[in-house]
Amino acid sequence: MSMRKVAVVGAGMTKFVRRALETGKELSWQASSMALQSCEMTMDDVEAVCLGTAPDAFDGVHMNGEYLSDGAGAWRKPYMRSYVGGGTGVFVPIQGWYHVASGLFDVVLVVAEEKMSSYYPHAQGAFLTIFDHTTERALKPNLLWIFALEMNRYMQTYGISKEDIAQVAVKNKRNAADHPSALLGDPNITVEDVLNSEVLAWPVNRLDVSPVSDGAVAIVLAAEHVAKRITDKPVWIEGVGWNLDTAYWTNRDLAYPRYVEYAARMAYDMAGIKEPRKQINIVEPYDPFDYKELHHMEGLLLADRGEAPQMVADGVTQRDGDMPVCPSGGLLGVGNPIAAAGLMKIAELFWQLRGEAGNRQVPGQPTRGLAQAWGDLMQVGTVVIMGR
Amino acid sequence: MSDKISTYPGTSLSEKEIRDGKVLSIQDQMPGKFSWDTGIAIGKYLAGLKDGVIFGSYCATCRRTVVPPRTICEWCFQPMDRYIPLEDTGIVNTFSLCYVTWDVRRIKEPETPAVIEIDGASSLHGIMHKLGEVEPQEIKIGMRVKAVWKSAEMRQGAITDILYFKPHEGSH
Amino acid sequence: MTYLEREPAAPKAWQDEMQVTNRYTYGVAGERFFRAIKDESKILGTRCNNCEHTYVPASLFCERCLDHLDEWIDVGTTGEIVTFTHLYVDYDGSPLLEPETIAFIKFGDGGIIHRIESNESQQIEIGMSARAVFKSKTERAGSILDILHFELMTS
Repeated sequence: MSMRKVAVVGAGMTKFVRRALETGKELSWQASSMALQSCEMTMDDVEAVCLGTAPDAFDGVHMNGEYLSDGAGAWRKPYMRSYVGGGTGVFVPIQGWYHVASGLFDVVLVVAEEKMSSYYPHAQGAFLTIFDHTTERALKPNLLWIFALEMNRYMQTYGISKEDIAQVAVKNKRNAADHPSALLGDPNITVEDVLNSEVLAWPVNRLDVSPVSDGAVAIVLAAEHVAKRITDKPVWIEGVGWNLDTAYWTNRDLAYPRYVEYAARMAYDMAGIKEPRKQINIVEPYDPFDYKELHHMEGLLLADRGEAPQMVADGVTQRDGDMPVCPSGGLLGVGNPIAAAGLMKIAELFWQLRGEAGNRQVPGQPTRGLAQAWGDLMQVGTVVIMGR
Repeated sequence: MSDKISTYPGTSLSEKEIRDGKVLSIQDQMPGKFSWDTGIAIGKYLAGLKDGVIFGSYCATCRRTVVPPRTICEWCFQPMDRYIPLEDTGIVNTFSLCYVTWDVRRIKEPETPAVIEIDGASSLHGIMHKLGEVEPQEIKIGMRVKAVWKSAEMRQGAITDILYFKPHEGSH
Repeated sequence: MTYLEREPAAPKAWQDEMQVTNRYTYGVAGERFFRAIKDESKILGTRCNNCEHTYVPASLFCERCLDHLDEWIDVGTTGEIVTFTHLYVDYDGSPLLEPETIAFIKFGDGGIIHRIESNESQQIEIGMSARAVFKSKTERAGSILDILHFELMTS
């Protein structure tokens, strides 16, 4: 397969907030113009635009891709919205990648946005609509159910405690205290705080969960010849992968995300990675709930099954550990405007690998990172590997 | 944020600013009313529930019995071979005690959603439903349960024809 | 290949609603645009001098060059009819007792979709001028419906 090299050359993001004054269009524009300014490019340089946003119900705008298009710089350009639920934020850069890798375009702007505060009174109500309309929705499920059910199965299968899992929330919210865009950074949070927070859906407590948020993120992708012209620090997209499990989520193993493994294997193969635990320096797995970070580390083959909690306990996944995980602060700390949260992870790797992450900088001049997201009805894995 | 960037956009808005009218707002809804055709396999599933039977379907290629039934096996992409009436018993694969309703109202007595592996279906194949007639603190993964049905005349061909699953001592 | 068959006794359909309820705020530009309608009976646009384009309703940014827009322009309350339609059915397909006329009225390089005053709506022609008629100030809530309708300027 003949593919061109693709680099991330610029990135921008808004603050993640519970409720933004700006409209979704305005948030998209803020992130887009910031990303372009960061690499001294203008809309004249951009040949196509890729946009990611989650279910229309959150923004309360049907055809949200079309609605956001002006803020994303899509005017009279080839433009497409992609959507794979929570996996969207790491899928939309993959979509951008194949726009450039294929040779169709040299420069592509990739934008992800979510304005969940438009759903009123509470965005959780919109999640009812993701369940099967005939066989599940009549039971009035909420989104917490599926996370609580999966977390309980994961805990039982490997004998993992809530304390083990709460350490992830603590790590990420502490990391987020160093992120200027973060909604829930807290340098002093403890495991006890997490365990003592309100029980929402046992085994899930309030501080096990990432916050509903508004925000937008944008990156600029460029083909090799353009990237080398505009920056001496391009960050290359070395591998991409995505994979979908059965649509019947009650017909499979809930303790292990096989689809994440398949997506990771696809990305590792493309990047020529044989020993991911040695060759990946920074990981930004999807952490909408704290157990998901552990679940995904195992699916990514970066921890043995049931052993991810031990890595956290041993400090391996701290920012100064051997394998920093969510040095950004993740969704748990920075916030979870769904599609934007995934692309935030790509932006984080971009800044980390360029040595520009400020107080969040992972020591040791990391050379390669992996970002992953997860979504649809607990069934899709999306993976991007980046290196310098 | 990059250390090259000193300011970043986005303005936080409080609920109070909206309530006090300092920021304008409008409320609206998207009234989406639907009538979803039940189709072939889910039609059979609902007809079975009305009769007090949980149906699955069997794929001879994969030697797998799934529930709810479907016409095509998503593993091998071949047509399923036949419907199979399953038991109305099973084991709790996982569960939660949920103190929040779907529209985020707090409740004192938790809802008890569970995935129940249905006897007669393949391993790890189950459905989502609720548990009942059990103290929430006594629910365990691996517990055997049995469906509690609405009375025959009250059943309408819906997943709610099963009220909940309750603990069940017998083996199948 | 044989396929599983439909059970004759099966329920044909499952009916339900998707309860999607929203509260929208207007954003940075929208807030100023609707405040001007509500408090000053004015229609505001923003101007991009790079692209020589005036956005109505006002936008915080230019969709063409992505520049921030901070030149606000009062575009007046009289615009030109770009196109119109006479409506005889409601959004759910039921007949309207009184037919309605909806028009796109140009302001700057954009414009507003709104109703045309019913008594004169049959005289509407493309190219005519139309003027915004506002509700009384006490009735205004900060929405596009603060403009009651547009009336045709038949000179």
